[in-house]
Amino acid sequence: MQKYSVFSLIKNAFSNHQNWEVAWKDPAPKSEYDVVIIGGGGHGLATAYYLAKEHNIRNVAIIEKGWIGGGNVGRNTTIIRSNFMYDANARFNEFGMDLWRNLSQELNFNVMFSPRGIINLAHSDAQMNAYARRGNSMRLNGIDAKLLDRDEVKKLIPMADFSDEVRFPIFGGLMQPSAGTARHDAVAWGYARQADDMGVDIIQHCEVTGFDVVNGKIKGIRTSRGDIKAKKVGLCVAGSTNILAEKLNMTLPIETHVLQACVSEPVKPLLDGVVTFGAGHFYISQSDKGEMVMGGDLDGYNSYAQRGNLPTIQHVLTGGLALFPFLSRLKMLRTWGGIMDMSMDGSPIIDKTHIEGLYLNCGWCYGGFKSTPVSGWTFAHTIAQDQVHELNSELRLNRFSTGHLLDEKGLGTKTWIG
Amino acid sequence: MLYIKCPYCGLRAQKEFSYGGDATVKRPNINEEVSSEDWDNFVYMRKSPRGKHIELWQHIAGCRQWIKVQRDTATHEIFQTAKVTEEIR
Repeated sequence: MQKYSVFSLIKNAFSNHQNWEVAWKDPAPKSEYDVVIIGGGGHGLATAYYLAKEHNIRNVAIIEKGWIGGGNVGRNTTIIRSNFMYDANARFNEFGMDLWRNLSQELNFNVMFSPRGIINLAHSDAQMNAYARRGNSMRLNGIDAKLLDRDEVKKLIPMADFSDEVRFPIFGGLMQPSAGTARHDAVAWGYARQADDMGVDIIQHCEVTGFDVVNGKIKGIRTSRGDIKAKKVGLCVAGSTNILAEKLNMTLPIETHVLQACVSEPVKPLLDGVVTFGAGHFYISQSDKGEMVMGGDLDGYNSYAQRGNLPTIQHVLTGGLALFPFLSRLKMLRTWGGIMDMSMDGSPIIDKTHIEGLYLNCGWCYGGFKSTPVSGWTFAHTIAQDQVHELNSELRLNRFSTGHLLDEKGLGTKTWIG
Repeated sequence: MLYIKCPYCGLRAQKEFSYGGDATVKRPNINEEVSSEDWDNFVYMRKSPRGKHIELWQHIAGCRQWIKVQRDTATHEIFQTAKVTEEIR
């Protein structure tokens, strides 16, 4: 594989960049694979990459209905963080942070990981207490956390509304300085390029229409491009999880909802890190191109539409304006939606299933992007070893029946409220 | 914007309603022995189909009644609405 570097860039400049190798091939599906990963998003591509790299399983196919990176990995707001309170979520995502820090070098692809920090704002004494508790939990798990008072927040985001008239004054906030953002498309492409180089077949425009299950064991899948035999099959399909589960006669603790995001026109550098509003659901960061990247609530009803309605955008941006009044003078560049696999406790599921050889990776809610590397890493381990890794040992499917929920936000089973 | 026909008030904007989830989930009868699996299915397990979905909404900024809505989760088209005591087929 051609290595990307400043030298290859100069070399290819002489031929007007016409002779770059293709980053990944476009093979036809073979009749049989050791492992088939369904879903060519970030998590699926990362899983295939770690299967090849960590477990030397290279007879692998990724089956993608659309094109790789066209789903949630290209639709999220690129936030990377590990500011979780529960041990299982904290350890899992902090392991992921370590993978992020080295990802550009490892993939030889600039994912533009930019750890500029995330600030969760607090607007009451009670919220400050809750953040102090969360910050302490994070530090016990070795994650950097800093409780900021009002003046410290003001130094970091002076453009926020610190006047006396605001309905929800800023009391302070909890900061994770090592959190940040990355270029989401590059994550998908970087994993795809390396996985392809190690022998993984990336098969796009191939829809899974059914499964071959014999005596409780997976034998293969049926697709729009023919039947494919497989010893093991991994599901990494986020918002389409329920659709495939139905084909397997499985019912899951998952509901599919649409989440919207939006960006403003690009402006000069203004906001350094990620900021979340604590009195409503609104978060914001500034992309390297200068656009303000914003998001917030789910639309609030089951949806597979990948697009939402304007009342939600209006509601989210009302919170945004309360925090950053300057936003009122910016033009909206575009809005879009992605479909979220909302689990009933807000935490993901990476597990085996009751069908031998079938593995499940779902329930990422609206926080899947940050976990892309660690999700792929642990899912690859679960598939290769046929057992969960310590890191995903609490992200089991049966936690709903045993009562060991990871309800980080304590919202209950009304997934659309979160 | 969705427009939902409240069976009590007529056609109203989505902003007047709040969502209540899958209307086909049935609470186990508490006067009988209920298995853990039944509770599980009631509390956590959802079909979440792509296509027609019968769901609960509350006309929170109107008559405050709970209603049933049959809606397509892929296109957001609303086919039918009914009082919560009525069946949608």
